[in-house]
Amino acid sequence: MRFLNRSAGRLSRYRRSRVAGLLVMLFGLLLTGGLFAAFSPATAESQANDADQVAAGRQLFLVGCSFCHGRNGQGQLTNDGKQQFGPSLVGVGPAAVDFQVGTGRMPATQPGQQIPPKKVVYSQDEIDALAAYVSSLGPGPAVPAEGDYSSAGLSDAEKEAAVSRGGQIFLTNCTACHNFGGNGGAMPEGKIAYNLTKTTPKHIYEAMLTGPGQMDVFSNGNLSPDEKRDVILYLQSLRETPEYGGLSLGGLGPVTEGLAAWLVGIGGLVGFAVWIAAHTTRSSKEKVDA
Amino acid sequence: MSDNHDNLPVSTTDGSVDQMPDPGLPAHTWRPTDVDEKAERRAERQVAAMFGLSMVCTVLFVVSYFAFKIGDDPTVVAGFGASNVFLGLSLGFALLLIGVGIIQLARKLMADHEIVEMRHPARSSDEDRAETLAALDQGVSESGIGRRPLVRNMMLGAVGLVGVPLVVGLRDLGPLPGDKLYHTIWEPGMRIVKDVVGTPIHVSDMVIGDLLNAEPEALFPTEENGYPELDGVDLQVQKAKGPVILHRMAPSENKPGPGRDNWAIDGIVCYSKICTHVGCPISLNEQTTHHLLCPCHQSTFDLSDAGRVIFGPANRSLPQLPLAVDGEGYLVAQSDFTEPVGPSFWERG
Repeated sequence: MRFLNRSAGRLSRYRRSRVAGLLVMLFGLLLTGGLFAAFSPATAESQANDADQVAAGRQLFLVGCSFCHGRNGQGQLTNDGKQQFGPSLVGVGPAAVDFQVGTGRMPATQPGQQIPPKKVVYSQDEIDALAAYVSSLGPGPAVPAEGDYSSAGLSDAEKEAAVSRGGQIFLTNCTACHNFGGNGGAMPEGKIAYNLTKTTPKHIYEAMLTGPGQMDVFSNGNLSPDEKRDVILYLQSLRETPEYGGLSLGGLGPVTEGLAAWLVGIGGLVGFAVWIAAHTTRSSKEKVDA
Repeated sequence: MSDNHDNLPVSTTDGSVDQMPDPGLPAHTWRPTDVDEKAERRAERQVAAMFGLSMVCTVLFVVSYFAFKIGDDPTVVAGFGASNVFLGLSLGFALLLIGVGIIQLARKLMADHEIVEMRHPARSSDEDRAETLAALDQGVSESGIGRRPLVRNMMLGAVGLVGVPLVVGLRDLGPLPGDKLYHTIWEPGMRIVKDVVGTPIHVSDMVIGDLLNAEPEALFPTEENGYPELDGVDLQVQKAKGPVILHRMAPSENKPGPGRDNWAIDGIVCYSKICTHVGCPISLNEQTTHHLLCPCHQSTFDLSDAGRVIFGPANRSLPQLPLAVDGEGYLVAQSDFTEPVGPSFWERG
């Protein structure tokens, strides 16, 4: 700060006559521009912002995404033309971008069967800009609003009914891959269906809308927005449910429970038996009065 | 001795065999508790303490049985259901401490002198054997079985025939299936509805990549659709055979089977949800490959290729339901399945 002040001071001391006028004009322009932006009608602002956002998103896209998805998001095939290197993004919509980038799946570090989630590298503003750009390629599902998946505005009885209906829908549509408690599971050829116990409601909603990776799409015609909300409320209710039966061991069923029984249970008994037999109770002393 | 290679006991000069002398038992080694009175009293206290702690745990079991609430609003301690955890821990330790106490008692305090009990021969004495055989012979000759073959054969026949009613009784295990296994509740024009909610499915409801778990409309009877209300065994049977999955892919990806050119609607295909291996419900689908996997035994079906089996123990393709669209644009069945759904059975070969 002191450095800035000092350089500003030096400017004003030696070049006041030449630069001061320019600076004043620049300040005036910024002020009027800022005031106009602040007080102009909202539509004009959002349109201008949309165009800016798309342009900003395009810049980010060209740097971070175009290597696999192509410079215009048209997708790319591998050299032999048989496999997809990066799929086309035309029509995938902002929801898909928000999910893939917002969970850290994209940008991918390497191509593969399944792109794992990792640390998110873009800020939410940058994700929104990317989503705006991809959305400009072709219309697709929009990012859900918070009201779409929250229980706000539902009475207790309505919420309970929603959770119970969500449970039935989850058990019918999702359990096959994600396990009855949303703990995830194994898929063919080394792929997995992810654990849903920590996924944010927005990302669960977006995953249903867009069907990321091998997951099927559950469009609004398939599961209505209310039904999607019910599924999310059910998953949230599972998170709040205490472990009535003791340790859940990941909720993965016989795999972890069997492992615990064999290693901890039977292993403990074997260890106990070995310990008993390994410690002699004999003494080297002779009994005196025997 | 060095030239003796026949591995037999060496004969001594007087003709008797040189036997290995009986080494007898090793000298008994005492335990600290046998020789040291202090150690003995300590072991005694330890065993008593184990049993005492076990009693405390049993009392805790009874206390937690009454103290913790169960049911809709259970007591929760550190995120666990308190009742289950404390009942399990207290009873477990009560039993464990009894066991540990008994082991400590046996190892430290019970008398542990080695004793020898000589083995006696398993063979009965000659008098007993002769007596038994004589009694048997007498019984056989007095019954006259050997002299009267007619009586003997008729008796064997009668006893053998008594087994037949048992076999015939097996028929009462249930009604014969008849041709029930060949049909399901689907019929021409029946709407396909969403599972759980029972609403009909418009063609435009499904986008490419959608997977929809669906049921026959007859399982969701209303006054409007006029299907009869099913209950009990009938409902369970139809619920077990009727479920289907709908999947929409790009029409160019679908490769219809022979004679099935008009079974799909704009890339929407409909297959039975019941695996043809042992009948698990399957909806574990991969969107991009259209491979449907059964979680029970990993049978994999290709939905873009007439439900062909591409992996696993299933032997038959997944039955496909021919689709049509009714006047309002909703998906309906052209007919019932053209083959039995679910696992193979005896008559199908």
